[in-house]
Amino acid sequence: MTETGASSHRVAGTDKDVLVKVENLQKYFPVQTTSLFRRNHDQVHAVDGVTLEVRRGETLGLVGETGCGKSTLARCIARLCDVSAGRVIFDGRDITSLTPRQMRPLRREMQIIFQDPYGSLNPRRRVGSIIGDPFALHGIADGAERKRKVQEVMELVGLKPEHFNRFPAEFSGGQRQRIGVARALALRPKLIICDEPVSALDVSIQAQIINLLVDLQREFNLTYIFIAHDLSVVRHVSDRVAVMYLGKVAELAPAEDLYQVPRHPYSNALLSAVPVPDPKKSSDRHQIILIGDVPSPIDPPAGCRFHPRCPKAQERCATEEPALASVLGDSAEHVTACHFPVEKGEDLSNTSRVSVPPSGSQTT
Amino acid sequence: MALLEVSDLHVSFPTPDGVVRAVRGLSFAVETGKTLGIVGESGSGKSVSTQTIMGLTRGARVSGQALFEGIDLLAMSPKELRSVRGAKVGMIFQDPLSSLHPYYRVGWQIIEMIRNNHHEISKAKARERAVELLRLVGIPQPDRRVDDFPHQFSGGMRQRAMIAMAMSLNPKLLIADEPTTALDVTVQAQVLQVMRRLQEEFGTAIILITHDLGVVAEVADDVVVMYAGSTMEKADRYETFGAPHHPYTEGLLQSLPAYGGERERLRPIPGQPPSLINLPGGCPFHPRCPYVMDRCRAEMPPLFEVGGNPAHTSACWLSRDQVERAALRTKVVGQPLAAPAVP
Ligand SMILES: Nc1ncnc2c1ncn2[C@@H]1O[C@H](COP(=O)(O)OP(=O)(O)OP(=O)(O)O)[C@@H](O)[C@H]1O
Ligand SMILES: Nc1ncnc2c1ncn2[C@@H]1O[C@H](COP(=O)(O)OP(=O)(O)O)[C@@H](O)[C@H]1O
Ligand code: SF4
Ligand code: SF4
Ligand SMILES: [Mg+2]
Ligand SMILES: [Mg+2]
Repeated sequence: MTETGASSHRVAGTDKDVLVKVENLQKYFPVQTTSLFRRNHDQVHAVDGVTLEVRRGETLGLVGETGCGKSTLARCIARLCDVSAGRVIFDGRDITSLTPRQMRPLRREMQIIFQDPYGSLNPRRRVGSIIGDPFALHGIADGAERKRKVQEVMELVGLKPEHFNRFPAEFSGGQRQRIGVARALALRPKLIICDEPVSALDVSIQAQIINLLVDLQREFNLTYIFIAHDLSVVRHVSDRVAVMYLGKVAELAPAEDLYQVPRHPYSNALLSAVPVPDPKKSSDRHQIILIGDVPSPIDPPAGCRFHPRCPKAQERCATEEPALASVLGDSAEHVTACHFPVEKGEDLSNTSRVSVPPSGSQTT
Repeated sequence: MALLEVSDLHVSFPTPDGVVRAVRGLSFAVETGKTLGIVGESGSGKSVSTQTIMGLTRGARVSGQALFEGIDLLAMSPKELRSVRGAKVGMIFQDPLSSLHPYYRVGWQIIEMIRNNHHEISKAKARERAVELLRLVGIPQPDRRVDDFPHQFSGGMRQRAMIAMAMSLNPKLLIADEPTTALDVTVQAQVLQVMRRLQEEFGTAIILITHDLGVVAEVADDVVVMYAGSTMEKADRYETFGAPHHPYTEGLLQSLPAYGGERERLRPIPGQPPSLINLPGGCPFHPRCPYVMDRCRAEMPPLFEVGGNPAHTSACWLSRDQVERAALRTKVVGQPLAAPAVP
């Protein structure tokens, strides 16, 4: 609760407060597609011109449909892959073109927690040595000293010291994710990227891990980039949230603003699609059901990328790409890339391009 | 009489580590035109129970009864069951690739399904029906996409194609096991809408298995909450979400982020679900239950009627008077159960 207070007092944009700065970042993957007559060397525009910053001590949530570029953006920031164009600045330093070798000392300052607590842990290694990896990699602490440090971090994440010699298979999904958190936390990084950290867990266990992440953030003043497809979880943990669509940021705002006054038609659709665990509320809200699928990132639509599915699209949208800017009197903190942003209270569910379930269809 | 009436279903698997008791005394009923939601954490026996009813579990010890239109599915021969599957009961799985064959065109697979069961229908007629079904589930340009291979469809389209296939014989019951778990929320909303529409049009009964409480709240008429192979609570969706009785149901609901307002800590259920080989004695939830009493450790509670409502039952020793139950919650947990806000 003090957390909320602190984050709202954070000053916008002064460089000292910014841990990560991403400028017009682009990441293309070459792909081969064979059409009837020739082989094309196309490119997937996984991240296509993203500009944003992550402030010290905050949690920036990243949401959007599968394939929209969330993980790729995160991997570029951590420089786990090369960047096609644009810049990544970490802690005041341009890391865009550092070699893996030059990146090495920086690795301890940024860590990633992955979705799959099963796949990301080597089953043949003991938990203690898995968590000890970062120490070994950076030549920090040896022998008994390392063991002590590992047990210290195990305790922080709620694992018992006697788990040190066990194998991952002996742990439940939630405990394995704790191992992932411990490994990420071991060297007290400045930035932790959480890529779907709770998606594979049951709800009751999800809540345990989320509380853990929030507690650790407070204790060690960590900065998080938090990727998840569960929008209510993102709302719970994030100070600010970026909504991505086809490699671009559609809207970026303080979490409460985004959830209360979403401006981009896509944000509106995304939020309205979330099932509400309360039958009294779910029967009388207006759900926007988008038609069609996300277009191919190999050949994204011209103009606004959302226009083929957008309930508010007009001619201009097909030709002119909207810039990210604050609209309809929103604060400078709340930016939207749309020519015709959604007014508060505007109902998109009865616009022509979307279909609406017949009212009362679920109550019999 | 309900369309499907399952009573006292037990399923166990002998394994080298011991006997896995996956389903223990499950009972539920599904009415024509209604949706029954089955929720529970992974491993609680949701899939095993419905797969057993359809004769799809191998090497399992099974007992109990599953009356479909009055006839016991568990007593049928494999051949009789095959004629029920598809024709009378359609099934949708979490991973559409597991039931769409990758080598055959989507349309061809639907056409085969129809022709195998209705030999009198011509190929052309069956194709027409396949196109119609694809249109019904919202595949754009169905007359062209009918000739696509599964890999040419997106995940959401494959899931919809599978619904089309499951619906092709106009079954009386549709069993959907985590049909939207692998999908984005926007696509999930499309798929759930398709299922709802089909139900309205054809009066299909649906069993929807999911671990997503939001999905259940939106589409299920009645809800069964499962834990460690047993039913913990059964009620209509308004009771389940508005006035849950069982501490496990309550725990699931309150571990969801209570959005809006201040950033509170979440309230998880402590601990882990039990091993199905070494189940705790008495109430299976007792090691994690904040209300646990001596009796809970010794005796497994049967399903009791809650608040004098025969449609609401809970397997718990706590008072079945809803006012007393709510007062107890305030005493133990410290506050009443708040409903999460709309995001
Ligand atoms: N190594 C690669 N080669 C080719 N294309 C890739 C590669 N990695 C990612 N892509 C493509 O880049 C796009 C963005 O992928 P990314 O993994 O960042 O999505 P995401 O938003 O994290 O999705 P999800 O929610 O499914 O995790 C997708 O179209 C994906 O297919
Ligand atoms: N063939 C099998 N042999 C042994 N155990 C099994 C088998 N199939 C399922 N189980 C076990 O039965 C339990 C219930 O599984 P399942 O019904 O798939 O759970 P869910 O509720 O997630 O659908 C799990 O513990 C699972 O590991
Ligand atoms: S710019 Fe046009 S097409 Fe794009 S989101 Fe706004 S209204 Fe829709
Ligand atoms: S029977 Fe006892 S342990 Fe089980 S849920 Fe009820 S109060 Fe809790
Ligand atoms: Mg990803
Ligand atoms: Mg299952």
